Amino acid sequence: MTAGAVPEARPTAPLQTADGVPLKTALARAQRRAKWRAAALVLPLLLFIVASFVVPIGQMLFRSVSNDEFSAHMPHLVAWFAENGDAAPDDAAWEALVLDLREAREDRSIGLVGTRVNYEMSGTRSLFTSTARKADKMEPPYREALLDADKDWGDPELWGVMRRASSPYTGAFYLSAIDRTRDAAGDIVMVDENRQVYVAIFWRTLKMSVTIAILCLLLGYPIAHLLATLPMRYSNLLMILVLLPFWTSLLVRTTSWMVLLQSQGVVNDVLVWLGVIGEDGRIQMMYNETGTIIAMTHILLPFMILPLYSVMRTIPPSYVRAARSLGATSWTAFRRIYLPQTVPGIGAGILLVFILAVGYYITPALVGGTTGTLISNLIAFHMQESHNWSLAAALAGILLAAVLLLYWLYDRLVGIDNMKLG
Amino acid sequence: MAIPVYASPMERVWAYAYRVGCALIFLFLIAPILIIIPLSFNAEPYFTFTDKMLSFDPAGYSMRWYDLLLTFGMTNPDAPRGAAWWADVWANAAWVQAAKNSIIIGVSATLLATLLGTIAALGLSRPEMPFRRTIMAVLISPMIVPVIITATGLYFFYSATGLANSYAGIILAHATLGIPFVIITVTATLVGFDHSLTRAAMNLGAPPTTVFFKIIMPLILPGVVSGALFAFVTSFDEVVVVLFVAAHDQQTIPRQMWNGIREQISPAILSAATLLVIFSIILLTTVELLRRRSERLRGIKSS
Repeated sequence: MTAGAVPEARPTAPLQTADGVPLKTALARAQRRAKWRAAALVLPLLLFIVASFVVPIGQMLFRSVSNDEFSAHMPHLVAWFAENGDAAPDDAAWEALVLDLREAREDRSIGLVGTRVNYEMSGTRSLFTSTARKADKMEPPYREALLDADKDWGDPELWGVMRRASSPYTGAFYLSAIDRTRDAAGDIVMVDENRQVYVAIFWRTLKMSVTIAILCLLLGYPIAHLLATLPMRYSNLLMILVLLPFWTSLLVRTTSWMVLLQSQGVVNDVLVWLGVIGEDGRIQMMYNETGTIIAMTHILLPFMILPLYSVMRTIPPSYVRAARSLGATSWTAFRRIYLPQTVPGIGAGILLVFILAVGYYITPALVGGTTGTLISNLIAFHMQESHNWSLAAALAGILLAAVLLLYWLYDRLVGIDNMKLG
Repeated sequence: MAIPVYASPMERVWAYAYRVGCALIFLFLIAPILIIIPLSFNAEPYFTFTDKMLSFDPAGYSMRWYDLLLTFGMTNPDAPRGAAWWADVWANAAWVQAAKNSIIIGVSATLLATLLGTIAALGLSRPEMPFRRTIMAVLISPMIVPVIITATGLYFFYSATGLANSYAGIILAHATLGIPFVIITVTATLVGFDHSLTRAAMNLGAPPTTVFFKIIMPLILPGVVSGALFAFVTSFDEVVVVLFVAAHDQQTIPRQMWNGIREQISPAILSAATLLVIFSIILLTTVELLRRRSERLRGIKSS
């Protein structure tokens, strides 16, 4: 830049406030103060949410990659792995293993160690506990002694698993969560076909959530349109029919569907009475995918209707009338004039319903049976029944990533400020 | 939505079909909720209408499941129904205990969520607020993140910090889950809030507390109350976190229902459900009245 390009500053004094501070500085200071004041109002809640929500979830995610049950209780073997890396087990390694088995049995941590290895190679928990019982009496050469106790100790895959478990951090639970594992050579492979469950359930969750979101759109669109175009006094009345389910307890609505859908329930009774099905042809509508889809569509439908309604209400009816007067059929007018204007509402509703459906727990747990449960139910199973907490955390981590991605998308497309409740 | 005079016969047929379709969808929305009300008066332990009920025979109806709701868990349900019997109900009946717990937890969580949420919403609605969008996204996230993930996280966190099996833990968790609703409703009320009102008040010499209580509070009160109601309902309907972090004897209404549905499914569940439906009708009415009041106060005409 040449000096000539810059105009000379005019020699007048800058504007000042009464106490002699340049106006610009004073304004900046006032704005900074206002900023701090606003931030100070938000800060308590932000800290609360971080402490009661963000930190616990962060800790849980940490658990999905960290598991020191092996590394903390098998110190000799861990030390040998640290020194020798990928080398084949030598005499020192076998000795370290026996020492660790003895000590682990003494301080009763052998079960934890066995469980940790069992997560990656099933059937090995008993190998650890039963060998540890004999470890006290073992004498060198330890390799032969251990192989005598159980020849599985010679399995190179087992040594591979132990080598990986000797680090407190592991990606093994994420691999398990997508039905993958490492083979003896350390390469990532699919697990046995009959143990592949998680990918299938992720797919089922995705498929059912898409189905539910589409069903909600199909049912919600005409209702939202009706509510948006009726005169206010009628639409306010009909709105109650949408808001009452919205305010009714989730468990009440799930119970109602169980009552309706049972094979001795109201829907089947009505069908038998109408003669659609025979007394022995009662349809199994519950404890399967159908039950979950029906009940969840009902529960999530208001979340589709409300955003659609708020978008449709702002569309001037004169546009469609203009199209009709210019010769469009009602279908053309709908397709080319009305529908495009409702796209933001469709996007908002679909995303919201999908986000909520992907993480649903209660309804599938009660009406889902075995074929209608979602990924949340599997997380709960690993938390409460199989106690494989790290795997539960890994599954939760994947679900969380998916939901946050959708949430980010929702924020980009709709804006969370526009979320409306009733 | 009258059918226009220029509609062709096909369009008329379509318009009627559309109305019938809408009626069926409304039926789908509302029937499941209403159907349990008559069924809760069933004299038989069935979940469907008996012939006697369909012919409106009084013998087909009874209050026995409502009675069971009171007596279940009592030490001596067959005693004569005097003061001692009612004292027994108050002290021991399982559903009564669950209701007490739900109310204690719900009210505490609501107070906490409403207090923190309202203050934060005031900050968030100021145009100077830095990182507004990001912070808003974080504060709303408890509503978006699947509750099973929250419950799992809290399970580990509470076992480590000693909050497991305590009322404090459940209250904190429920407040967290209720906060997004408070934020959403209060910020919605603050949209279009005329900040010149506060400036005018300050110009006339009102201290900040006066400005808040005399100017801001009356205008945002409807939003605050409906946010509080949402937070209360969230807590009152929450079962997953309670299942994960509460002690066995800390029953709440939804947990009691959950157990009832999973184990000994009895029509008493329907009586409880009916009471909850009546409860939600009351809440819905309150929120609707508040919404109208808010629109009137802010001068928004309902078009």
